[in-house]
Amino acid sequence: MANEGGVLVIGEEHEGHLSGLTTEMLGLAHRMVHKLGGKVQLALLGSGDLSALAAEGGEWGAEKVYVAQDASLAPYQGDAWLPVIEEIVKQADPALILIGQTSIGRDLGPRLAFRLDTGVSMDTLDVTVDDGKIKLLRPAYGGNARVILSPTKLPVVATVKAKAQEPLERKPGQQAEIVSVAVGGQNIRTKVLGQEKAKAEGVRLEDARIIVSGGRGLGAPEGFKLIEELAEVLGAATGASRAACDLGWYPPSKQIGLTGTTVSPDVYIAVAISGASQHMAGMSGAKNIIAINKDPEANMVKAARFAVIEDYKKVLPPLIEELKKLQS
Amino acid sequence: MPGRVPGSTHREEKAVKIIVCVKQVPDPETPASAFKVDPATNKVVPAPGIAPVISPYDAQAVEAALRIKDAGVDAQITVLSMGPASARDAIKHGLAMGADDGVLVTDPALEDADAYVTAQVLAAACRKIGEFDLIVCGRQAADWDQGIVPSGIAEILGIPCVTVAKSVTVHNHAVTVERVLQDGFETVEAPLPAVVTVSNELGDPRYPQLRQIMMAARKQVQQWSLADLGLSTEQLQPRLTIEKLFVPVNDSKVEIIEGDTPEEKAHNLALAMRNAKLI
Repeated sequence: MANEGGVLVIGEEHEGHLSGLTTEMLGLAHRMVHKLGGKVQLALLGSGDLSALAAEGGEWGAEKVYVAQDASLAPYQGDAWLPVIEEIVKQADPALILIGQTSIGRDLGPRLAFRLDTGVSMDTLDVTVDDGKIKLLRPAYGGNARVILSPTKLPVVATVKAKAQEPLERKPGQQAEIVSVAVGGQNIRTKVLGQEKAKAEGVRLEDARIIVSGGRGLGAPEGFKLIEELAEVLGAATGASRAACDLGWYPPSKQIGLTGTTVSPDVYIAVAISGASQHMAGMSGAKNIIAINKDPEANMVKAARFAVIEDYKKVLPPLIEELKKLQS
Repeated sequence: MPGRVPGSTHREEKAVKIIVCVKQVPDPETPASAFKVDPATNKVVPAPGIAPVISPYDAQAVEAALRIKDAGVDAQITVLSMGPASARDAIKHGLAMGADDGVLVTDPALEDADAYVTAQVLAAACRKIGEFDLIVCGRQAADWDQGIVPSGIAEILGIPCVTVAKSVTVHNHAVTVERVLQDGFETVEAPLPAVVTVSNELGDPRYPQLRQIMMAARKQVQQWSLADLGLSTEQLQPRLTIEKLFVPVNDSKVEIIEGDTPEEKAHNLALAMRNAKLI
């Protein structure tokens, strides 16, 4: 019988550790193998020594870790990764393949699905097993709708949205079986000529407990100065809506939404953001939303816990002062 | 007329053939309150009075192709769409922007096509158009928000695929793409033929002027069925089927922070944040 290997997670590294999303996917995989049978399996591809990451994988719940280390595997290129993952899939024989909805996953997920002649669900929020059958939940129509999909063929590929799943509790010292995968001979047609990292300033969006974010309603790029002042007082990260980024008011790396970063902070302060569904799709996981908007009918106001109906230019300066007082 | 790009190879003596794949979608600017789903059919109910549009990323894909031409590359641009008869309007939009001709693949058997089937059909249509150098698509369609079909076309045709571009240039029979990454950008080069997907970072697509819209009316749009592509429905089995499409409920209750002046509102918000232990 095919597809009895359980779940295969394609892992990613972040700053020397497994990415948070990888640990979330291992948590989901663990919940799935209870119903599907098989093992929680993890694939790690990279150019450096991956043994520390593989060990972390075991601690986060992977039972078997496939390690492929080769100079061709970093930076990511689909042409280099795909044959390696195809080989791992052959060995792992999963029913479900989980990939993070990241720069890598967006590119890799669909291509892997076509190589395997199967389907893929992008931006997946949840996977369930109903009567032995896999169901995939994902947003559609710019976040206005949700859809539940059933695969007609296994394995099925799902790219998983960040912060949609809980990781397991890390168990220090818990070990996985490590399998080394041979790499070589890929036909790499693309060439990476260069990479440019966006300047990382302040708190990373994905890790921030508080985010202050601005939209088109700011009226001008100067509005982000007040956003940054407020963020500084709160020790918060700053973000922006797609509309504001498209206008060139704030860097694309700060874009929150469907095509930007997905965040789920404790507090999300949305300043002059109407709440287009494609923006809401990137921050609806925020535990507390505070909306500052002139329009009481704005989507963001309706979604908020607290809202101030006011011109941001009038309310942010005194708010910054009030918060400074409270903080001191 | 702009001349040829210096350093063009002999191969580019022939015009570069670009196919832009576009999709017609319900207007993504439709207010959330007008967004309705028919639970019996699991389909979106068209909002009254709001016409469907070319998916915005696809308009940017057309723009990317036109910019290649603007840069002096001798290019011929075909706009390709799969959809109902009305999808001709999305093709016409691309033609009014400046593309040269169009192809519409329409067939009743394609009504419930998933991304897998759509990619098979568009790849077959690209083969039938033939002799293409570059296929440009939007990064994802504004209805299902997936971004699967372009990669599928590349895989089926066995050509390279570079996704999420903010700029696309063609020279020396290769395409150079600036890709948008989560934490920056990277520049990737691929030999032609290749598939490239375009992101919103490319910038606004040009807006067709009346004269261009009138000119587009005279541009040719061919219409093909599955039979014209030599495809049968047996070859086109979806890999995912829709169990349920629904609108999630939002039951949050907002507390509006009151105050007679902006200062008072600011004061009350700061207090509310502290009392709720948000700070």
